Amino acid sequence: MNKIKVVHYINQFFAQIGGEEMAHVPPEWRDGPVGPGLALGAAFGEEAQIIGTVICGDSYFNENVEQALDTILEMVRQHQPDLLIAGPAFNAGRYGVACGTVAKAAQDKLGVKAVTGMYVENPGADMFAQDVYIISTRNSAAGMRDAVSRMVPLAKKLVKGETIGASAQEGYLPRGVRVNLFEKERGSKRAVDMLVKKLKDQPFETEYPMPNFDRVAPQPAVQNINQAKVALVTSGGIVPFGNPDRIESSNASRYGRYDIDGLMDLEEGKWATAHGGYDPSYANQDADRVLPVDVMRELEMEGKIGSLFHFTYSTVGNGTAVKSSKAFAEDFVKELIQENVQAVILTST
Amino acid sequence: MKLELGYIPIHNIQFGDPSRVEDGVLYVNAEDIKTLIMKDERVASAEVELARPGESVRITPVKDVVEPRVKVDGPGGLFPGTVSRVKTVGSGKTHVLKGAAVVTTGRIVGFQEGIIDMSGPGAQYTPFSKTNNIVLILRPRDELEPHEHEVAVRMAGLKTAAYLGELARNLTPETIETFETLPLKEGMEQYKDLPRVGYVQMLQSQGLLHDTYVYGVDAKQILPTILYPTEVMDGAIISGNCVSACDKNPTYVHQNNPIVHDLFARHGKDFNFCAMIITNENVYLADKARSSDWTAKLCEFLSLDGVIVSEEGFGNPDTDLMMNARKITDKGIKIVLLTDEYAGQDGSSQSLADAHVSADAVVSGGNANQVITLPRMGKVIGSEAYVGTIAGGWDKNKQPDGTIMVELQAITGATSEVGFGYLSAR
Repeated sequence: MNKIKVVHYINQFFAQIGGEEMAHVPPEWRDGPVGPGLALGAAFGEEAQIIGTVICGDSYFNENVEQALDTILEMVRQHQPDLLIAGPAFNAGRYGVACGTVAKAAQDKLGVKAVTGMYVENPGADMFAQDVYIISTRNSAAGMRDAVSRMVPLAKKLVKGETIGASAQEGYLPRGVRVNLFEKERGSKRAVDMLVKKLKDQPFETEYPMPNFDRVAPQPAVQNINQAKVALVTSGGIVPFGNPDRIESSNASRYGRYDIDGLMDLEEGKWATAHGGYDPSYANQDADRVLPVDVMRELEMEGKIGSLFHFTYSTVGNGTAVKSSKAFAEDFVKELIQENVQAVILTST
Repeated sequence: MKLELGYIPIHNIQFGDPSRVEDGVLYVNAEDIKTLIMKDERVASAEVELARPGESVRITPVKDVVEPRVKVDGPGGLFPGTVSRVKTVGSGKTHVLKGAAVVTTGRIVGFQEGIIDMSGPGAQYTPFSKTNNIVLILRPRDELEPHEHEVAVRMAGLKTAAYLGELARNLTPETIETFETLPLKEGMEQYKDLPRVGYVQMLQSQGLLHDTYVYGVDAKQILPTILYPTEVMDGAIISGNCVSACDKNPTYVHQNNPIVHDLFARHGKDFNFCAMIITNENVYLADKARSSDWTAKLCEFLSLDGVIVSEEGFGNPDTDLMMNARKITDKGIKIVLLTDEYAGQDGSSQSLADAHVSADAVVSGGNANQVITLPRMGKVIGSEAYVGTIAGGWDKNKQPDGTIMVELQAITGATSEVGFGYLSAR
């Protein structure tokens, strides 16, 4: 098997050119490993070879991003590596941003696998954790050995196309993507351990940090509802009997758009629910219980609403990814706007 | 209250006459079981099959899994309020056929029910690939409406487990474990220097195939209440739900509730495990408000310092979980939550339907939307006709070569929210 060809990106400090006073140096190529590249090379052993090192001053990079990046990418491209390793940058902010920028560009523009390493509070971590594998390091170069010991196995997996485990297993910063893993202890034991730590005021690590929850503020009340065109939309899974769009009973990948023009009532045997998350028997007996077409028709005839829009949109809310729900609504809301629908009744279950 | 569990290990199962346990082998007389089940006039037919760990066997659609046990000493009998008459259980002695399980399958009731693979990649996700399973294939009478259908199959599983458990009555257990919870005042005196810990178990109660029963009472109808933790070991709580089977607690898991066991393991050392509180997950807002109020009130009343809260299900019950988290925390009590995640097949979506800052200590049972490919099995017990419509499946998810693609949510017990498994996510 051919050795994995690696290009390493480091700054002027780790290249031992100098500290802040030399941060202005432009990109430079050197054959073979330099500075921390020696430790990397040793960790890769026979499997990989560091064919060259790109060195750039942190000030130069951050003050001339486009120019610096072009030059660096050209250097990388010429040597056609399988892998680019940047840093690790530990808690050096400008170095971290440079590592993230170079790693992302190498993978996006050149198709080269890339790994970098940073301390979690490095500004580069926030900027690039979703795009690039960033091994979580200590906040100073004293953590070099530790960082290398995790960057190398992850890099090898990436190049070989092997499955990448969860962040906690591989040691990278969470990418905003949840990945399953098998733990050593069962969940109940982990919960008891976590509770004991919490009771003793010891540090503990939650397995699921709470997200910033997306709450939608209600719209102001509709003026002149008696003249408004109103649409019915549901996540309760009401569909024509037989579920023609094959909407899944859980984690729906699609929604349906159904014509209710002239329908006074959703009759048993003609309409049913596709939803797997609640007792379907009452909705199947009378689908108006979830999608109240009958009541809306009465309101229409009594002049309490202007009219009922002749399409209804339906999906299954059961375990459906929030991302999918947003995409469905962004899609069908275009038609609602185009058709001058002024209000929507959204029923859930 | 003190309970002794005596374990009789079962290493294999065979058909045989009469039903008996010999040298770690459970011999099952299928005719006796069929006769027992057919006493219920709602059942049109019953078949018995055996599935052992490592076999090329798939069981689907799975409704419930039950562990055979028998009460040999102390008040009451197994599954009080359903199989046995109502009597407070949880004390005395109980024998367990450890390694055996009764699994119910047959025509689908809703979109629900799960998959158990005894070997292959799916097997590592379900705890019931490791048990010797006595599988009941039940066909209800055609005119039976869904709720009655569900009752009939539920009762068949419980009665069969009780029948098999009875075989252990006069056997000598290989190992014995003892669990004891003292009444409030004695507990406070004996463990006066230890923090006081409780367990809040949220019970699924959203409707058909989403129900749980406590001493025979539908959990929709209960107000949050207190149990001695050993009561569940005698079947005080039974499952009537298997929708999105990955994170529903089959009766087996209630009998072996791992949070109860792992809290007992450190009881008297790191804390005083005082009590178990059960609450429900009803769909009406008023019920949610009332039940979470009462749960927090009971935690305060018991002067707890710390509480583990386990959810059952997802989506709608995520709101109950967050209400419990907020209200218990507001009482000055430290909490750890157990849940699972629905982060989408690519893992990039928000995992829960609700969130609150008080939920700062969460144990995850994994992302239930992860897709798994299950190879064709040599034998299917039940039917694969429903793998496209059960929760976690989709249209045409069965390939021409017989492999099936499903989300983990279709696999019984895959993302247990009482921490019965090892799966998690980051």
